[in-house]
Amino acid sequence: MQRSKQSRRAVLGGLAGAAVAAIVRVEPASATPAAMKSAIRTVVGEAQIKKGKVHIDVPALVENGNSVALTVQVDSPMSEGDHVKAIHVFNELNPQPNVISAYLGPHAGFAKISTRFRLADTQTIVAIAEMSDGAFWSASADVVVTIPACLEQL
Amino acid sequence: MARALINVPKTAKRGQIIEIKSLISHIMETGFRRTETGQIIPRNILTELLCTYNGAEIFRATMYPAVAANPFVTFFTVAKESGTIVFKWTGDRGFEQTETASITVEG
Repeated sequence: MQRSKQSRRAVLGGLAGAAVAAIVRVEPASATPAAMKSAIRTVVGEAQIKKGKVHIDVPALVENGNSVALTVQVDSPMSEGDHVKAIHVFNELNPQPNVISAYLGPHAGFAKISTRFRLADTQTIVAIAEMSDGAFWSASADVVVTIPACLEQL
Repeated sequence: MARALINVPKTAKRGQIIEIKSLISHIMETGFRRTETGQIIPRNILTELLCTYNGAEIFRATMYPAVAANPFVTFFTVAKESGTIVFKWTGDRGFEQTETASITVEG
């Protein structure tokens, strides 16, 4: 009886240890919606972010998160006095919240960029446009991922 | 030298908005992956693409590990004058590469 109690305790202790180890190992490798918010604050500062003007074109269902086509377009006349200064893209659940920051100017003529990026999980993407008048506009898109990227073993 | 592809129209009308596409072969190792023995594979990514048109900056992008391998970036610019468009990628481990395209602007 005594012996079986011991082993039960040992087993439970082992399980708890494994659970703690699992949490410790997973945590640093995953950003959170809070990490995304703080990354956005780093770029935006105290300014208010308004919804609109920005259009994200990304597939709603992605089979392979290793390469996902992304296009961000911003409504702007792209004139000397009213243009897009930068487009920033963020994600919620990759190891890092930043994806890409693109810096444009009135010489771009058309505020539209495309790239391919990685998605570690099913999550929400946020794009923020910084305008020449200091305003920030944003849009978000939900993407479902079936094969995640970033953390797979070799 | 990594293989790079850039797509700039050879000719354009003055004031026309042209699309520019760039692609460079690069592993973009995130620094978050592990080997079978649990060791982290060190990060090796491109961090910046800078594009200049006759010496003036027209586009700049800061890239993070979330950008897919073989970074593909497209953007637009106004064709103002004939000249050269230079692409410069910089990254980890002292990576630096420059590619040049020329454009003729008519009218």
